[in-house]
Amino acid sequence: MKFGVVFFPGANAADCFYVIDQVIGHPVSSIQPEERELVGFDCVILPGGFSYGDYLRAGALAGAAPVVEQIADFAEQGGLVLGIGNGFQILLNAGLLPGAMRKNENLRFCCRDVFLRVENSRTPFTNRYHQGEVIKYPIAHGEGNYYVDADGLAQLEQNGQVVFRYCNEDGELIPAANPDGSVGNIAGICNVKGNVLGLMPHPERCSEEILGNAYGLRLFLSVLDWWGIHTQEGVMTDE
Amino acid sequence: MSEQKPAWMEMGLSSEEYAKICEILGREPNYLETGLFAVLWSEHCSYKNSRPVLKNFPTEGKYVIQGPGENAGVVDIGDGQAVVFKVESHNHPSAVEPYEGAATGVGGVVRDIFTMGARPIAALNSLRFGSLDDPRVRYLFSGVVEGIGGYGNRLGSPVVGGDIFFHPSYQGNPLVNAMCVGLVDHKQIVRGQTGRPGNLVVAAGAKTGRDGIHGCTFASEELSEETKAPDVQRGDPFLEGLLMGACLELMEKGCVVGIQDMGAAGLTSSSAEMAGRAGTGIEIDVSLVPQRDEGMTPYDVMLSESQERMLLVIEPQHKQTVMDVFAKWGVEAAVVGRVTDDGIYRVFDGETVVAEIPVEALTNAPVRYPEQKEPDYYQRLRAWKPEDLSVPEDLNSVLLKLLSSPNIASKEWVYSQYDHQVMLNTVVGPGADAAVLRIKGTKKGIALTTDGNPRYCYLDPRRGGAIAVAEAARNLSCVGAEPLALTDGLNFGSPEKPEIFWQIKQVVEGMSEACRSLEIPVVSGNVSLYNETKGDAIYPSPVVGMVGLLPDVKKHATSDFKDSGDVVVLLGKFNPQLGASEYLAVIHGLEQGEVPEIDLVEEKKVQLCCRELIREGKIKSAHDCAEGGLAVAVAECCVSGQRGATLKLPFAGREDALLFGEVQSCILVTCTPRELDSVLQTAEKAGIAAAVLGETGGRQLIIRDQSERVLINQYIEEMEKVWRGSIASYF
Repeated sequence: MKFGVVFFPGANAADCFYVIDQVIGHPVSSIQPEERELVGFDCVILPGGFSYGDYLRAGALAGAAPVVEQIADFAEQGGLVLGIGNGFQILLNAGLLPGAMRKNENLRFCCRDVFLRVENSRTPFTNRYHQGEVIKYPIAHGEGNYYVDADGLAQLEQNGQVVFRYCNEDGELIPAANPDGSVGNIAGICNVKGNVLGLMPHPERCSEEILGNAYGLRLFLSVLDWWGIHTQEGVMTDE
Repeated sequence: MSEQKPAWMEMGLSSEEYAKICEILGREPNYLETGLFAVLWSEHCSYKNSRPVLKNFPTEGKYVIQGPGENAGVVDIGDGQAVVFKVESHNHPSAVEPYEGAATGVGGVVRDIFTMGARPIAALNSLRFGSLDDPRVRYLFSGVVEGIGGYGNRLGSPVVGGDIFFHPSYQGNPLVNAMCVGLVDHKQIVRGQTGRPGNLVVAAGAKTGRDGIHGCTFASEELSEETKAPDVQRGDPFLEGLLMGACLELMEKGCVVGIQDMGAAGLTSSSAEMAGRAGTGIEIDVSLVPQRDEGMTPYDVMLSESQERMLLVIEPQHKQTVMDVFAKWGVEAAVVGRVTDDGIYRVFDGETVVAEIPVEALTNAPVRYPEQKEPDYYQRLRAWKPEDLSVPEDLNSVLLKLLSSPNIASKEWVYSQYDHQVMLNTVVGPGADAAVLRIKGTKKGIALTTDGNPRYCYLDPRRGGAIAVAEAARNLSCVGAEPLALTDGLNFGSPEKPEIFWQIKQVVEGMSEACRSLEIPVVSGNVSLYNETKGDAIYPSPVVGMVGLLPDVKKHATSDFKDSGDVVVLLGKFNPQLGASEYLAVIHGLEQGEVPEIDLVEEKKVQLCCRELIREGKIKSAHDCAEGGLAVAVAECCVSGQRGATLKLPFAGREDALLFGEVQSCILVTCTPRELDSVLQTAEKAGIAAAVLGETGGRQLIIRDQSERVLINQYIEEMEKVWRGSIASYF
């Protein structure tokens, strides 16, 4: 089982790489945006950041990079694809996930901790969480206001594609808990097959207790579990 | 026809300076040469007014690897690693074009850091603005915050802290001081110099355009109605990231002899300063410089302040490698000159020599010794005594009003717009006494803070300067870090006014005194003078950016009350004063009285004791007792910990002074009842006072006086609402 992290210029790929490599201690390689062949990877991560500066719509330029076409084929064949923050925006631009991103409702960038409710714990990325569990992740984005039309939303919900929603500490999906105006308090969705996940909050930023909390670690451990590599919570961390 | 001023006067040179230039050259300078002198002899580049004063700062210490004079200071943190840091102002650009002014300020100081071979790992910002009641101030303030975020977030370097002070003296002239901190291995440190004659000079990064010409002369003038926005440059953080990646790779490969940001005064200052440090000559051919605009003159090219440009000096045999690495990163680069042995600064336009000046003359502006005079206000305002001031009846509402004062209120509205977690090092982020970052691959951590109270510095510049240093150090000690060194941002009005120059001297003397006492050297800094609008100067505003070390990053403290039933203890001698306090300003509309006393020997003991208690795990929280006094400090601990406290103050004095009077060298800590004896013993051994105030718990903050009378009884929710919501309510 091998991870790959795409190093778009302007993205914070090193953070995801660090968590797989140093915190979990699992094999991981970097993938360049010009890559035209993806061989030997089982899970590809599109990290957060500002790919190519994102002066245009977020994720627009990266969505057209050669590697993204490869990632589409890879996903088609059942490979796991995880888009975090900017990576989620790229997946939307490339059409791997439905919907679009708008600027945050208050037009300001927002970096803080939020509460999320796990809406689908059966995906390869979330099997370490309990259905309906309330977890804490940080967000850091200016364009995370997810939009999909009413029919699209109904489909997402029907198929169990809504994976995370913004909520308050008690798990209630109230408007005040929605940091950016996303439709249905949506923070993360997957494709119908469940092997492509995009989310705005950053699991890699909360994978070690020293940085605040380690809720995010379970997302990466879920992937290992999915591949039959069983790990014990926390065993691979130095905490 | 009206008489036109000569070019040298337009460019900001004095007649004495112009005469001196003619004497050096043995002739009159041409237009370009005049421009070169004007920018390099500006206060911004030469420190001609401030240099003799800055000599006061202690600049050496056991941790110092590189002190002032380079692009940034360098301090040892053990294991062959060092931190590189510097504060830089971008005040005037931010006053006319807030977003780009602040953004390019961040970009500039980041370049100063990676220039030294270091990878930037954190940024902080010290902001001074007018009252948020003024719509233009709100526009400037929100634009500056957005600009800092827009640049820093895109660059992928976290903004982890800073400080903000609002006061009407900044209404037309806000201050934006950005600090950047980088990490480097000792063996990778690179300096800004030219090395041997025959070396090649390479310009890399953005093409040179007409933007920002004369930015540093602009920074060295008062703002007026005629100040126009087009003078401000635009930033490109994406290009900055690529440029940084390429430069760091070349430095790691050992291909760089010297390197400097083309910042203020662009190509001119970077090339002249590098040659000056090495004692060589240098030649630049402007026709070889990649240009963005058509028809640029040599003058335009030399004085442009286009952003995201670096000047490198390399050995000829590395030329191909250097060009290849820049090409790989997609960054444009060109050889634009060479290092010579004749000590002459020579500019070519193709074959033609267009300027020829001794390097030494350019980089050694004649020092000015401005007059100084104690301002009239000084004795008058400090003579004020609180006797005639009546104690407000409703102290609860005073507390709420103070908590909602933008100087005290939560700055979350600001820092939530900055990415403060990227790079995965932020252990304690913004909003704390100091930020704490881990150093990956080690047990260590570093702590960072900026500080400075302009009201103190106005009422008593000397004491205010000392307090700025002491308080920054105290902030570091409150998280458990030992202060290593500081960078100073000195922001003042026009030094040509004797009263202002007096303020500058007094502040620097006070700061120096504290630096010596606390053994914290100054390793880098920035001077920004002429911060005036329509003749009115800002309050004297030194900004102290300080870096500290934690041997074990896990052993740090934060200010929030952790558990119910813990004991609240005040470390340090409690002698609160109403003079110069936020309480006096906000509640009574007065800015006068004596600035709180500071005893630097006592200060050092309190800080040492606090650090010891944190490292031994004896205390569970620590918070500096600062603006707003004891009541505000406790309220902040309650709100951030979502836990109340019941206190009885074992002190005599008027109620408002006990609650809201300001004091130095006091730290509020908590411990378990079981640890209390041990904490008190540690304090006694350290030779400092320690008073038990009460215990944590409940949903309210209750403060009684000696005779059990309730002075404060306030729910956490109430306090939190005003404290957290205040700044956001303006937008």
